[in-house]
Amino acid sequence: MKSNNNIKTVVAVGIGAALFFVLGRFVAIPSPVPNTNISLQYAVLALLAGMYGPVAGGLIGFIGHTLIDLSWGGSPWWSWVIASAFVGVVMGLFAKKLNIAEGDFGKGKFITFTIGNVVAHAVAWIVIAPVLDILIYAEPANKVFAQGAFAAVSNIITGVVVGGLLVLAYTKTIAKKGSLDKE
Amino acid sequence: MADVKTPIISFRNFSFQYRAQKQPTLHDINLDIYPGERVLIAGPSGSGKSTLAGCVNGLNPFANAGECTGTLTVDGVDAPDSSIFELSRHVGTVLQDPDGQFIGLTVGEDIAFALENDCVPQKEMHQTTRRAAELVGVETHLDYAPHELSGGQKQRVSLAGVMVDQVNILLFDEPLANLDPATGKQAIELIDEIQQKTDTTVLIIEHRLEDVLWRNVDRIVLMNDGRILADLRPDELLSGSLLAENGIREPLYLTAMRYAGIAITPEKHPAHVDTVVLDEADTRRLRTWFRASKPCRHDPATAPLLEVRGLNFGYTKGQNTLRDISFSIGRGEMVSIVGRNGAGKSTLSKLICGFETPDSGRILLEGKDLSGENIRRRAQHIGYVMQNPNQMISKTMIFDEVALGLRGSGLSEAEIRARVEDTLKICGLHPFRNWPISALSFGQKKRVTIASVLVQGPELILLDEPTAGQDFKHYTEIMEFLRGLNAEGVTVVMITHDMHLMLEYTPRALVFCDGQLIADRSAAAVLCDPALIERAALKETSLYTLANRCGIAPAEDFVQRFIDEDREVRTHGC
Amino acid sequence: MAAKTVLNYLPRKSVIHELTGTTKLAFFLLFTFASMITYNTWVLLGLMAVSFAAFKMSHIQFREVRFMMVFMLVFLLLNNLFIFLFDPNQGTALYGTRHVLCHLFWRYDVTAEQLFYMLNISLKYFVALPVAIFFISATNPSEFAASLNSIGISYKVGYSVAIALRYIPDIQRDYHNISQAQQARGVELGKSEPFFARLKNSVSILLPLILTSLNRIDTISNAMELRGFGKNKKRTWYTRRPFARNDWVAIGLGMVLLLISLTVTIRFGRFYNPFV
Repeated sequence: MKSNNNIKTVVAVGIGAALFFVLGRFVAIPSPVPNTNISLQYAVLALLAGMYGPVAGGLIGFIGHTLIDLSWGGSPWWSWVIASAFVGVVMGLFAKKLNIAEGDFGKGKFITFTIGNVVAHAVAWIVIAPVLDILIYAEPANKVFAQGAFAAVSNIITGVVVGGLLVLAYTKTIAKKGSLDKE
Repeated sequence: MADVKTPIISFRNFSFQYRAQKQPTLHDINLDIYPGERVLIAGPSGSGKSTLAGCVNGLNPFANAGECTGTLTVDGVDAPDSSIFELSRHVGTVLQDPDGQFIGLTVGEDIAFALENDCVPQKEMHQTTRRAAELVGVETHLDYAPHELSGGQKQRVSLAGVMVDQVNILLFDEPLANLDPATGKQAIELIDEIQQKTDTTVLIIEHRLEDVLWRNVDRIVLMNDGRILADLRPDELLSGSLLAENGIREPLYLTAMRYAGIAITPEKHPAHVDTVVLDEADTRRLRTWFRASKPCRHDPATAPLLEVRGLNFGYTKGQNTLRDISFSIGRGEMVSIVGRNGAGKSTLSKLICGFETPDSGRILLEGKDLSGENIRRRAQHIGYVMQNPNQMISKTMIFDEVALGLRGSGLSEAEIRARVEDTLKICGLHPFRNWPISALSFGQKKRVTIASVLVQGPELILLDEPTAGQDFKHYTEIMEFLRGLNAEGVTVVMITHDMHLMLEYTPRALVFCDGQLIADRSAAAVLCDPALIERAALKETSLYTLANRCGIAPAEDFVQRFIDEDREVRTHGC
Repeated sequence: MAAKTVLNYLPRKSVIHELTGTTKLAFFLLFTFASMITYNTWVLLGLMAVSFAAFKMSHIQFREVRFMMVFMLVFLLLNNLFIFLFDPNQGTALYGTRHVLCHLFWRYDVTAEQLFYMLNISLKYFVALPVAIFFISATNPSEFAASLNSIGISYKVGYSVAIALRYIPDIQRDYHNISQAQQARGVELGKSEPFFARLKNSVSILLPLILTSLNRIDTISNAMELRGFGKNKKRTWYTRRPFARNDWVAIGLGMVLLLISLTVTIRFGRFYNPFV
């Protein structure tokens, strides 16, 4: 039993990273700000981290983001890769509280989920990514913080709205089957 | 064989209950399988045949939690107290899904997977891998990636991947489910050949009896409701009526013989169409039955609904996925599109739905060129139903799912409700309208996806493999439903690998091969043309062989006679 | 569509291709760190020479990776523009002097320091680019997992990467099919829809994609377990190749470069300052 869960996590990280990659690399949903796109991969990351925990979440973010950067042909932009991994870890830490597999996603859990998203993205993009940008790449502080703030807001919206709807829909699909009558 | 008396697999009063279920799935199973035997385990969906297989390879209870009672010994191992790893040394399992179990990035890596996990040194690993690849005939493809292989080749790789362990038992879980007919035939031949070369014990889980019986099996174990109903030699089982009573379709030639009034007995050796004993009297009976047919009714030609003219398409420059395709489909027709994987069938449906744009040629609907119409607008005339309903369903409630296509179309909420309810009634889903989709069976989900395209009021629906992976009962349910829709005036076009479907439900078939339309004829005629069958990777119907053996010509009329009678019997009850 | 094209693997005969995946991965990481640490123009130029020489040795033609180059140039240009817009005085702050070359408007002066800083930041990125390109274009994706395992990462994580590479094309195809079928039902993600409708619509595509993927996870993990994955603490690799002399040379070179970069940074500071 334990061992299968272990293997399942290995596979979930692989498939999760592949999903993260496909959504981040090939799917462009325009945001209201010109020439910027919504990053749907963070909604999927929130769901998968919620299901498989912080280690899986962190790895999905890390591997997925690294592969995206590599496929564009450059060296991975490590500061942002680490920030993506961090989002996965934080969302994974909320996994126990959310207990998505139980198939219930009420108001209380939605609030927890929202807090998780806000914390994860705010810290990731307003603290971790810009600070690392300054340390590694010596970029101007106000530039990286502005970029970070934009990413945080946009990813929080994606995470909460798309991620929330996704988790809600997912929990409904595993809802208990009892007490259904034909009408 | 004679001196071997210890079974290699032995179930004793064995029951299994999944943790998530209230009732046991397997009840009191007693079954012995001896070394070197070839056993087919047949049964409808939900009969417990896959659960039984899972107990043999250890997926139950080690990956899917559950409780075993009684004993199960597999190659000397006490299975419920063992582990998947331990059992995997004895049992090699080839799963149904060719892509899900192809884990490696190349053929070589995938075959070597089990060896890598066993920490086999590299030199030995390469040798063993090559040997296994040679055994199944993929040794020239070791560097190929999975997407460069056909479904049949992937299955060979999976087989090689379990053969590296020198297992004593090979377990095939629905090996035919994802293959085109000709490849399915080859798969059965390969299993037979491997069994003879290695003298392993072979277990095949399948509900497609006639296709498995293309080669010999020693025994058929028939299951239903978690119990073993019969454990007989094929000749014995085919002589009785147990198969039909349990939702397994008997081979068509046997049904035809029964219709002709021939009693099927074990002495007739009914397991193969080539060798079933047909004496003078039997032949005469079949001839008489054939002549008793009513004159063939020809459906009056109808006005063309969909016309395709000189269509050419390639995904990349210089590639010819489709070449010069022209045909026309009349209003109210029911047509199947057949041909091997990669022949261009799915691409054609994408072009018709507007998902892709043709390089040249035209597609007309009621004489009107569709080139200016976008995907959404075409969908109001041509509904497209994907093979896997799970890839189409995006809402959690049935009502919302069906209503999705009407949202944003300018209809009022009341109008939407009325149309959705009408559609749900047509599809027999009205009683379930407030259910979550997750509570539905596969067949019901399929209906939901059909309802969700029907609600837009299309004149034509295009279905990709509507019955893939379904047992006879669910197959019949889905197909009868489609026939009903067709009778209401909806034109139905289906892409399929199922030769029975094509024969029984579609008077006309379009045959594709390498991007070209190579035949446009009646389904019965297609399946009585050996050259065409060969080219398009189809499989001839056993009725054709039967007709030839009795000297009945033309064979296609014999096939038609059978279909007519079969329909009669099935609609008016037996 | 294949994993090969996801990361644009270009097989051929070259010294670089013959190096093991492990070597290329190690060199790539060592080199990346070397270029990350320093801002010293001379060190960067030296690294760039190595990097372009190695690229030449890989026999990969420039036109084959043009798309990556163009993408990176655009990225660099935009990044430089943003840096200038947000902080035209970053250079002055870093180098401590201010030589105004010309005044543009408002607070925007073009200073020699700013230009030099932006030159360095571009250089820093350009240094790593050829190494990154030959790392992905000259390494067989089949070697990735084994290589990660060789440099000390758990083979399970390595295998997760292999699974990601294996199934990216399948998931991409799933996404494509699902979104087409949903478009037929009016689910649009483009600009024709209001923003929040776009977000809501995306769920109609993501949910089937996720559910299909979860099924996939079940099948794959069953298949892997049935074939003994995770049985032992270690595993061997079909694609791993033995180290040859050149592998040691390449790894040695990577270490020396990192060492130079570290030493220069520690002894002379991170920035080379021509202005004082």
